[in-house]
Amino acid sequence: MKDMTDGYVTADGRQIGPVVMEMKNITLRFGGVEAIKDISFDIRQGEIRAIIGPNGAGKSSMLNVISGFYVPQEGEVWYKGAPRPSMKPYEVAQQGIARTFQNIALFEGMSVLDNVMTGRLTNMKTGMLWQSIWKGKAEREETANREVAEKIIDFLEIQAIRKTPVSRLSYGLKKRVELARALAAEPSILLLDEPMAGMNVEEKEDMSRFILDVNDEFGTTIALIEHDMGVVMDLSDRVVVMDYGKKIGDGTPSEVRNNQDVIDAYLGVAHD
Amino acid sequence: MPEQLAFTIEVFLNGLMAGVLYALVALGFVLIYKASGIFNYAQGVMALFAALTLAGIIDGQVPFSHLINAILGTDIHHFGWHVPAFLAILLTMVVMIGLAYAVQRLVFRHLVGQEPIILFMATIGLAYFLEGVGDLMWGSDIKSMDVGLPQGLNTWIDDTTFNAFGYGFFIDNLDIVASIIAALLVIGLVMFAQYTKQGRAMRAVADDHQAALSVGVSLNFIWILVWSLAGFVALVAGIMWGTKSGVQFSLSLIALKALPVLMLGGFTSIPGAIVGGLIIGVGEKLFEFLIGAPFLGGATENWFAYMLALIFLVFRPQGLFGEKIIERV
Repeated sequence: MKDMTDGYVTADGRQIGPVVMEMKNITLRFGGVEAIKDISFDIRQGEIRAIIGPNGAGKSSMLNVISGFYVPQEGEVWYKGAPRPSMKPYEVAQQGIARTFQNIALFEGMSVLDNVMTGRLTNMKTGMLWQSIWKGKAEREETANREVAEKIIDFLEIQAIRKTPVSRLSYGLKKRVELARALAAEPSILLLDEPMAGMNVEEKEDMSRFILDVNDEFGTTIALIEHDMGVVMDLSDRVVVMDYGKKIGDGTPSEVRNNQDVIDAYLGVAHD
Repeated sequence: MPEQLAFTIEVFLNGLMAGVLYALVALGFVLIYKASGIFNYAQGVMALFAALTLAGIIDGQVPFSHLINAILGTDIHHFGWHVPAFLAILLTMVVMIGLAYAVQRLVFRHLVGQEPIILFMATIGLAYFLEGVGDLMWGSDIKSMDVGLPQGLNTWIDDTTFNAFGYGFFIDNLDIVASIIAALLVIGLVMFAQYTKQGRAMRAVADDHQAALSVGVSLNFIWILVWSLAGFVALVAGIMWGTKSGVQFSLSLIALKALPVLMLGGFTSIPGAIVGGLIIGVGEKLFEFLIGAPFLGGATENWFAYMLALIFLVFRPQGLFGEKIIERV
């Protein structure tokens, strides 16, 4: 394997930076069940990193560990070169790690614009007193945040539904709004939990395009979980493959594709 | 103007004013319900507690004096000073924020994710606990509350209407002040919820806990904020009711009048709480004046609101402005 301390250059010529996040020997148990067994991997600046695996492999658990929803029993999460102390999910979010959910967790009662604006909450610095008076600093901040939100709404092509309550939107659009909300935080790492689950082919193509565009335009580091092998191979720079809580492969899509363990896990092996 | 019509109009106006006070209490319920899904039975007692504390601080009473005297054998009741009303209101607000913090920390943090009925039961417990603490802290005697709000007949309205219609309307100054304060409070709360960072976070928490966490909102902080806001509304309601009819323990019963208000307005709507309060206030006064007193022997004000709420429950269970409950089969 080639030396990658300072990053590498992808097949399509993008420069990938140093490691931003590293999982070190993570083990997560629920009672007697080991959902994640001693897994280590890293995520580099500017890359699209995929975690794949069959059902129940522990992919979502892994993402929940990164975003602070689960606390692993063993191992450390290193973020920006230092071990991360045990944190609440909202503290992780404040550190610049945004996420979407497999089953969509939007604020159904609010408009699309309001939902995207909640993504800016961590970037708002004025205190409650200023906010209540809503003059000077707070007003300027609101305007600046609104501009970022509108830019992202434009970027993801959801201008037409800006004022629509989220509960009225289709599944595919909700997924896109969720992506917009996560992006609004201008995260240093964006976590996507099955961004294409339950979509038709056209919606999948749209979503793939948006993910690539986001990475390209904003240079956002993206870690995503996906079921659909074809999509993953086209999108990602490097892939971690999990099966029954263990890591069975890690590398570029073509390396992973030719890994015998991965082929076995996906196609099954004859037990004789 | 015929006398009967003039009376009716006067009763109507007084009903509006009474309705404002109902709406103030109902508002506290709606705030907490919207942000945490908890129906806070203790809201009325919180208003009582706030009023007791305010009256006690103004008067320079020593809190827990009976307890202290019983244990130490001393005989202290007063610090011997009077705190100016403005400062006392600030101090009371500090107490209410402390209360919000304690309630969240000691009770509701341990009940996250429980059934709504369990949270409701917890607030019933909280109501009785708070009533007892209020008694222990400040004593059970009726106190007068004077924070300098104008009171008594508004002579300007009396004179003007007398000159115009030959009949002077009796409107209490306190009611006018209460209406103005309530209106400002509602506008303020709506603006806060719609346009500020914390307001947005509050709505986010009400909508989806998981999603709120993922955008960096601390649930604990928001809940303390919401309980503090409810404490603030309780304080305002406590001041108004206390000034009107003295600070006494029956004050906590006005919370029960807020229930029909909520059924009318819907549990999730701030404007609903206002309109519901006004309808109940006007409705019970007019009903008493036009039907109750002449035909039913009077005292209909005690039950009219509940009857109206029952009718609403049958025909429009989500209230006037509440979110419609749709169940898909």
